[in-house]
Order: sequence, then structure tokens, then C-alpha cells
Amino acid sequence: MAATAPGNILMTKLELAANWARTRSMFPATFGLACCAIEMMATGAAHYDLARFGMEVFRASPRQADLMIVAGRVSQKMAPVLRQVYDQMPDPKWVISMGVCASTGGMFNNYALVQGVDQVVPVDVYVPGCPPGPQSLMHAILTLHDKIMAGEIRN
Amino acid sequence: MSDPRIVDFWVAGTEEPEFQPTDEGMQEIGPEESGRRLDEQYGRVVDDDYIFDDEVSDEELMILNMGPQHPSTHGVLRLQVELEGEIIRRSKPIIGYLHTGMEKTGEQLSFLQGPTNVTRMDYLSPLHNELAYSLAVERLLDIEVPPRAQAIRVLMTELNRISSHLVALATNGMDIGAISMMIYGFRDREMILEFFEKTTGLRMNHNYIRPGGVAVDLHPGWKDDIDRILKEIPKKVEDYHNLLTNNPIWQARTVGVGVITAEEAVGYSITGPPLRAAGVEWDIRKVFPYSGIEQYEFDVVTGDNGDVFDRYRVRIDEIVESLKIVEQVTDSMPKGDYRVDDNKVTPPPRQRIDESMEALIHHFKIYTEGFRVPAGETYVAVESPRGELGCYIVSDGGARPYRMHVRAPSFYNLQGLPIAMADSIVADTVATIASMDPVMGDVDR
Amino acid sequence: MIPEFEALAERFPEVVWEDSHGQQVARIPNEQWYEFAEAAKEAGFNLLSDVTAVDWYRSRRYRFDIVVNLTSMSIPARLRMITTADREDPKVASLVPLWPGANFPEREVYDMFGITFEGHPDLTRILMPDDWEGHPLRKDFGVGSVPVQFKASPKAV
Repeated sequence: MAATAPGNILMTKLELAANWARTRSMFPATFGLACCAIEMMATGAAHYDLARFGMEVFRASPRQADLMIVAGRVSQKMAPVLRQVYDQMPDPKWVISMGVCASTGGMFNNYALVQGVDQVVPVDVYVPGCPPGPQSLMHAILTLHDKIMAGEIRN
Repeated sequence: MSDPRIVDFWVAGTEEPEFQPTDEGMQEIGPEESGRRLDEQYGRVVDDDYIFDDEVSDEELMILNMGPQHPSTHGVLRLQVELEGEIIRRSKPIIGYLHTGMEKTGEQLSFLQGPTNVTRMDYLSPLHNELAYSLAVERLLDIEVPPRAQAIRVLMTELNRISSHLVALATNGMDIGAISMMIYGFRDREMILEFFEKTTGLRMNHNYIRPGGVAVDLHPGWKDDIDRILKEIPKKVEDYHNLLTNNPIWQARTVGVGVITAEEAVGYSITGPPLRAAGVEWDIRKVFPYSGIEQYEFDVVTGDNGDVFDRYRVRIDEIVESLKIVEQVTDSMPKGDYRVDDNKVTPPPRQRIDESMEALIHHFKIYTEGFRVPAGETYVAVESPRGELGCYIVSDGGARPYRMHVRAPSFYNLQGLPIAMADSIVADTVATIASMDPVMGDVDR
Repeated sequence: MIPEFEALAERFPEVVWEDSHGQQVARIPNEQWYEFAEAAKEAGFNLLSDVTAVDWYRSRRYRFDIVVNLTSMSIPARLRMITTADREDPKVASLVPLWPGANFPEREVYDMFGITFEGHPDLTRILMPDDWEGHPLRKDFGVGSVPVQFKASPKAV
């Protein structure tokens, strides 16, 4: 006997549902450091709108955030602070390294910067650009969403 | 003999009188219960008050740390405040969280690559950094840029002043609570950033103003874009006035808050809008003019009291003044070269490289070794949206600066924060920091 | 030279006056640094524009140049004061009592070059972490660049 569910019930796997919920309302933590922070603010502003992805609420407290966008150059003095903020975020958490300074040290290959923020925190998506335009940042966020939906990142 | 299975029953009538499960006492008044105990039980004496120590303790000053990761410190500024209750007694800004070693990097880059480095210091007004650097190098080289290059430089830097003040107003509004101001400011900034992208190729950190002139000429159709900007932005400024200027909440939070008087400002080397809001009419564009800006008419906006409201007024009015300059520049844009004709300094246009051997050699030398600058030292200052932005370059005759130092306006303006915040409440800290408009890339370099 | 400079030149005969691309420069011996600054402030140079230093590593007899740019808002004019400091234990008088705005820049010069400012209220590191060793802008402190390599390449440096 074929039993069909009534039309207003969806059946799916628990993982898919959890991943869908996680991607559709990621709260970024404010970690804007330098010029990339301005582009991040411009991405959240009216012209390139992050609110359509559910992300316009930039949580100030890392305890309430699940995405950390490291936007800008990380100096030697800031690296322990970065690690501490990352540790304070609850699981599941993701990190986007925005801009070349955060990804690899950028054009400042010198004593003052950490050459790549992945020496301090694990990074999921890197965004190149100096600074990356809002379209690049949104592409990175959508890539992260796709990776989470596909189950590539398990956290 | 005791059987282990026999449970001890509580036989009525055999209770021991010491067993008192409640504090209410037994049903009958027993002989031990004295007057005091009865009073407690009847509720006539309440004995469970916490008695405070009546002696006066020393004022406890609590040290609170704001930042470096904080939503309203405009970047990575760490502020240590000593609080007595809600009032700030002392405060100390701790900086260095964005130190990038740009001055050291500047010694490794050639003079043509210098603007790429310098432009990322004050990242909200990158063209001003490039202008200060280029003017210093040009003074060491003793060359004059053609009038069209000067006019383009003035046009771009005044547009940059508008976009930087829009960000200042946006973050100022958001920090005090007018969150829609943030959206308005960034939305209107997009118009100017579009213009920059069409001309220079980038929205921020353009590397456009180089020693010798500018990198490329203005894009075709630039006049229509400027006309659109000149038409739209005054209407938006009207909107900001309607939202904020006469708003009683805004005035209650900004008038009389974060006051820096004129003597304090001059003593602490504070320049820019905080100095002008204190009443001092000091603008480098008027006193030590550069790049042909003396041909254009504009007023220097000053305030009266030096509080947060005055700084906000100065910034909004400076947007209007900059629009005037932009209009005058577009009306009188001279024709001609957009960079100096000297082959040793400016690279030849790309098409000529295929045609002429000399052009190829010049191009090669300029981009690999860099042009040499005669030995000397100079200091040139421009008026950036934050204050006096100066560049001190020492050259020893080579192709790279021997020492490149940038006089950062936000670095000096931050010294006025403890003065502005003394004896005010914590809630005013946010408004004061937002009004000083520090850009940490400038402060830490 | 404007009359204010001439008055200063008369009062301090050991100061060497130069013209550097149209700007007036005064080279002052280290011992007279504070007095000259005080006289300049009385002459109307009330705004301290910049304090910085240059490291002439081996090219000159001394090692450091300390450069102060002053601006007079009343005249208006600019003056650059330069003094020198030695190789071992470089020190110079602090200008904080005259201009409180010299506080942060002198700390920065101390941090980057190691020059001690006598009389400074709080001479500590300002840009580098507190436990950093070395003074980054000296010429014998390397840039600290990391050789760029591709992390996934099989042959690591």
C-alpha cells in the first residue's frame, strides 16, 4: 500500500536540514581591522546587500556569532587577540580570510604582520583582492554556503 | 534478638522533643523558649538583614578595557579607562594593533611604487596620502606637474573628502544610535566610488596620484558622472540635516559632549575638523596651498564650542564646500597633459613602447630600477579629511627613499581623546571617539 | 629669512641655518635642543607638526637625526629643527613640557629607533608589542620578509 505524505510535509536528511539552517542565517562577528573592513561594511550596506543572505546582523559578541570574517591585516600584536576571539566563538564556526593581507600577508612582507591568518586560526575560504570588492566577498560567502550544504566542512 | 527485616517504626508518642523540623517551634510554648526566640518566631524581629559596613571605603576606581575588538572603536583601538562609578577619571588609548611597518616597507620600494604603500595608511582617504607623497617627491625632483594634472588631483581629492566625511557621518550616526545614517552614508558613497572605479580602476586604495602627475586621464563621460554627483549629494545632505541636526535626541547626545577647546587642540597638535570645530580657522589648503587649489573659492568651516555636535556640523558643511570646489574644477578643467613630460620620471605611454627603442628603455628603467631622486629632504603637508597629513622624505640620491615618514593626523588627534573624555560618562566615550574619526591604519601605519 | 628666524639666529649662534627646497631648516647641537624649542615657541611656532628621526647608519659621524617640524599659525611659517644623537645610548631632551602633543610621536621614535627622550612622562613601546626586542626602523634591523613559497609545492624551502 503506497502511503503518500500530505502535501505540506517535507522529508529530508537531518544533516541537510541542519546545514540549510546554518547557512541561511550565519551571523558574522565584527573583526574588521583595516581597509577590508570598509568594503565589508559596504557589502552590508544598501547597495550590495548582505541582508538578503540573512547576514546583516554583525554580532559584536563572539559568543553569538558563527562566522568570523578576518578583514584586514593582522599585526603581531593583534594575533593573540584574534586567536582569543576565535576561541570564544561556539561551534560550529567558520572563518573567511578576506583580502590578501589576511590570506598571505599581502604586499607587506615584513616584520610587523602575520603572513597569513591561517597561521593563527583555521580558514575555510580565502578571498583575494586589495581590497576585494563587495562582489568578491559575496562570492566567497556563497562559496562557503555551498561548501557547508555539500557537507564538505564538518564542524 | 533483632531481626534485620524489622523496620524501626516511629511510634507515635515517642518523639524526642529536640527534633524540630521547622523553625516555627512546637505547637505549645516550651520552657526553653525565651522572649527573643518567641519574637523571632512571631515575626516581630527580623534577624536576617545583611548589616553593611558603615565605615567609608576609599573610592574604588575600576579599570575597564574597551577593545581592541569592539564594535564602536573604529578599528583596533584599545582604550583603558579608569572609572569611578560611571564617570571616567583617566583614560589611555593603547594603539599598535594595526602596525604594518609601512615606513620600513617604504624604504624597500621605489619612488614609483611608493604610492601603493602610502595609500593604505589612511584607507578612507587614500588619494590624500598619495598626494602628500607625490608632492614631496616632486619637490625633491624640482619638477612642476602640468595644470591639468593639478586640476585632476584637486578633483579626486575633494571627491575623496566627500566620501570620507560620508563614512565619518555614517559611523558617527550608527555609534550614537541612528542606524539608518549608516545605510544612507554608505549608499551615497557608492556614487563616488563608482566614479573612482571608472577612472582609476579601483574603489579604494587607488594608486592613482603618482610622482609626475596622475596615472591615467579621466574616463570619457566623466562630466556627466560629476553632474549627477553634484545634483544628488546636496539632496542627501538635506536628508541628513532633516534626520539629525535638529533632532533633540541627537542634540542631547552630542551638544556639550567631548569638548576640546582651542588651546588644548593646538597644544596637542590636533588638526582638521576637531581643531576647526573648536573655533580655530586653520586649513592647510588656505595657508600653504598646493596643487593649484588657491584658484578655487571655498570657505573654511568653523564651529564654536569644540564638542561632538560642532565636529558633526563641520564635517557636513565641509561636504558642501567640497562640492563647490568640484563644481569649479569641472567648469574650468584645463586641457593638456595629465603627467609631466620628463622621460626620466614618467613612464611613456604603452603604445609608444612598440615604436621607439628609447621609450622601451625608459619604461624598463623606470619600472625595474626606478628613477633616481637627488639627495635632500623635505616635508609637504596636505589637508586630509582628518587633519594635516604630511610626508617627510629623505633621499640619498638613490632610487628608493632613505627614510619615508608620514605625519598621520589620526595619530595626533588620538592624543586629544583623554582630554575630551575626562569627567564624562562612559556612554559619551563612543560618541567622542566617533567624532574624532580616527582611522587606525593612519595611527599605527 | 623672516625676522623671527633672524632673532633666533642671533640668540643661538651655534645653530646652522639652511634652506631645503624653500623650507627653513635649523641644525641645532643636542645640548641646546630644549632651549631652542622654547625660544621658537615664544617666537610664535605654537603648533608641533611632526617629530621623527632618521638613522644614518654609517654614512655620517653621528648616527641619528631627530627632526621636528614646527608650524606657526600666526605668521604663518614652517620651521624644521634637526639635531643629532650618538651611536651608543642616543638621547635627546623631550619636548613634551612645551607641546603635550609630542607625547605619542616621541614614544614612537623611541619604539622604532631606540632614542631616549629625557623628561618624557611615559617612555614605553607604543606600536610594537611590549616584549618586542629590537628597534624596527634602524638600518641594522632587517625587513623581516618571509621567502614566498607555495605551500603545496613538494619541494619546500
